[in-house]
Amino acid sequence: MINDTLTLAERALVRLPRNPDMLLAFTVQPIMFVLLFAFVFGGAIETPGYGDYIDFLIPGMIVQQICFGGFATALGLAEDMTKGLIDRFRSLPTARASVLAGRTLADVATNLLSVAILLATGLVIGFRFDAGVPEILAGLGLLLLFGYAFSWIFALIGMSVSSPEAANGVGFTLIFPITFISSAFVPVASMPAGLEQVAEANPVSVVVDAIRALWLGGEMGNSLWLSVVWCFVLIAVFAPLAVRKYRMSASA
Amino acid sequence: MRFEEPAISAQGLVKSFGDVRALDGVDLEAAPGTVLGVLGPNGAGKTTSVRVLTTLLEPDGGQARVAGLDVVKDAPRLRSRIGLAGQYAAVDENLTGIENLTMVGRLYGNKRAVAKRRAAELLERFSLSDAGSRPAKTYSGGMRRRLDLAAALVASPPVLFLDEPTTGLDPRSRIELWTAIEELVGEGTTVLLTTQYLEEADRLADRIAVIDHGHVIAEGTADELKARVGGLRVEVTLTHGAAAFAAMTALESMSDEPVRVDGPLVSVQVDERAGAIMEAARRLSQAGVGAEDIAVRRPTLDDVFLSLTGHATVEDQDVPELVEVAA
Ligand SMILES: Nc1ncnc2c1ncn2[C@@H]1O[C@H](COP(=O)(O)OP(=O)(O)O)[C@@H](O)[C@H]1O
Ligand SMILES: [Mg+2]
Repeated sequence: MINDTLTLAERALVRLPRNPDMLLAFTVQPIMFVLLFAFVFGGAIETPGYGDYIDFLIPGMIVQQICFGGFATALGLAEDMTKGLIDRFRSLPTARASVLAGRTLADVATNLLSVAILLATGLVIGFRFDAGVPEILAGLGLLLLFGYAFSWIFALIGMSVSSPEAANGVGFTLIFPITFISSAFVPVASMPAGLEQVAEANPVSVVVDAIRALWLGGEMGNSLWLSVVWCFVLIAVFAPLAVRKYRMSASA
Repeated sequence: MRFEEPAISAQGLVKSFGDVRALDGVDLEAAPGTVLGVLGPNGAGKTTSVRVLTTLLEPDGGQARVAGLDVVKDAPRLRSRIGLAGQYAAVDENLTGIENLTMVGRLYGNKRAVAKRRAAELLERFSLSDAGSRPAKTYSGGMRRRLDLAAALVASPPVLFLDEPTTGLDPRSRIELWTAIEELVGEGTTVLLTTQYLEEADRLADRIAVIDHGHVIAEGTADELKARVGGLRVEVTLTHGAAAFAAMTALESMSDEPVRVDGPLVSVQVDERAGAIMEAARRLSQAGVGAEDIAVRRPTLDDVFLSLTGHATVEDQDVPELVEVAA
């Protein structure tokens, strides 16, 4: 099982840089988003309690990027379904869960790359940590865990749609609102009532708040342990659903 | 004579998808070291049969054993004894040839070095060594198919399933693939091969099962089937359809079988290719019947279906009624 998962994770990672769209999505695109938000919206958004918008923005931007990190899983699985690779894997004496586990594990590595790129960009334009090494590493760990949880949502999407194009559509329409109706880019207090409550309850906000508290020394409140609980809840819900879908598509 | 368990045997396989009964009691059998051709039109149930026999799909009814193991109960163990090349070349286009095969080798549980060595061997065997370090998306259709076949052979399985291995290939690639399959069979591999081409089943298969609407409607050697279908035919396209009766009269003594007339097409069975066209042309010109075209045609899947079921492979309403005119 472990060997199969590693083999398939390696395969996902080897092929990633050979797909120009994907490579752009994980490297240039996040940099572009940071620069656009920092310099286009930055001046207009008030972030009381934070040094400046860039400090506020970087954790939010990283969490947003992490939420999309699993896209490779959804697209990859949908592609494997249409190209017959899933049948090939199933016909091999390969542990059945390893096809999904390999994909989601590969996402952890690409997420790490995205975080590194975003942090480097942030540091260049003025982001500064106000934290010790343990807090920084704890934040990183939380980010990867959260990304892993989202990968299982994408795994379910990838197994549920009929083509990579559909995976793309479903993924975007689902994940975009989730990341935007949150504290990632603006303080939730600035949102209209109703939306504000939704944004506050959103796990993306919870994680963003926890990262800000860890990295910028703000008020932690419940956000850290709530974030971890959210991650495990998402995995506990979506991993079995994705695996079930994988099993079912075998008999469809 | 020693009793030997068949390498592939299936009895009464049933599988439905909603209202569609894809398999409606399929029986198949292949002796070790032989090729079983499963011949049938689109939608007949070929792929579904292969998916059941390769453990990808559990049947709703019936049973099957492959390489001595039950396809349902012993599925995990069976997977290391079979190779599958599905209907579409299942290769990762973003991986190179060698990476594709190495990945499959490692999924069979081999160490990286062993998997790599085997990958190189297989690339060599399928004349892909030069292309081995290029991503598979740069391969031609024929090369992809060969890579797919190589992937099915990574573990040297005793039983191999090939689902329409040459559909969509150009004639040259098709012949290359046929040669590769013949070599494998020469080494003792049992092969189940599905196809829509009678010619392919004829060349490769020891026995052929003809399948339609999830049923095996005929089973036998290529010769047995062709005897039922009626071998080669000379087919004449008349200049004027009105001359059909005259043409029929001119050609009828070429064969014991009745002459067939279908609009301006008149055909008659012949035993040999040699001389058949000349003979038909001579008879027609003597009778003063003009012909646009005269050709010898091998029996096709359509002919098999026509003679076995009385209907063509495609939906009946799309096909002009074929009239048999008794002499
Ligand atoms: N996953 C599926 N869901 C619904 N119907 C299916 C599925 N797979 C096959 N079928 C149907 O079962 C029948 C047999 O299909 P198949 O085995 O693919 O035929 P063949 O390979 O001979 O073309 C067809 O009518 C096809 O539409
Ligand atoms: Mg098919």
